[in-house]
Amino acid sequence: MVRPSPSGTIRVRFFARYAELVGRAEAAVAVPLPATVGDVVRRVRDEFPGGQALPERPLAAVNLQHVKLDASVQDGDEVALLPPIAGG
Amino acid sequence: MAMTYLIRSPISLDALLAEVSAPACGGTCVFLGTVRDGPEEQGVTAIEYSAYEEMVEGELGRIVAEVRERWSGARVAVRHRLGRIPVGEASIAIVTAAPHRAQAFEACRYVIEEVKRRVPVWKKELRADGSEVWVDPSGRPTTRPAHV
Repeated sequence: MVRPSPSGTIRVRFFARYAELVGRAEAAVAVPLPATVGDVVRRVRDEFPGGQALPERPLAAVNLQHVKLDASVQDGDEVALLPPIAGG
Repeated sequence: MAMTYLIRSPISLDALLAEVSAPACGGTCVFLGTVRDGPEEQGVTAIEYSAYEEMVEGELGRIVAEVRERWSGARVAVRHRLGRIPVGEASIAIVTAAPHRAQAFEACRYVIEEVKRRVPVWKKELRADGSEVWVDPSGRPTTRPAHV
């Protein structure tokens, strides 16, 4: 079976200290599919100025839900990299 | 999405108490988290709170639903304040009401502990000497909520 979409565009969002480290609040990242959140993190760390300052295994969310880094991502998903939570 | 749990102005406790008030509830519990400048903080004048706002709404909505499921008849009102909050003012208010006091206390404790674990809010301490410090309560940047 031929997959209709060999690559996907992921909207990546950065918050708090992570946004400061990469100097932006969001970005569009293209990844070959299938891909995981971990693949998106690696791409960000490798390709973005300041990306290496992000942890290799940050907290992450896909489409507003906490996920592990082995969770899969689809074209159009929103992946958020979350610094250690400090609410309340 | 309608923002219901986040506000940028001082929290009105009266409004939250009114939200949970019900004839069947005999116990009401209030938790306020306030900005602190204690010996550990060294001259904090305020904390700047920021959030992944859409996710906060979703995660708090799930926590409130969990409370209603676990404590029958429990009612919950929660507000988290964002922006610059001076020392002494509340950053979060949780009000729970239930038929009996034990449920109200337990539900209130549950909400604040789950907020600390799951709700994507961050704080930067603003200090009297002009410095700013991101707060990392975990001390371990790779830590994650236990449920995922």
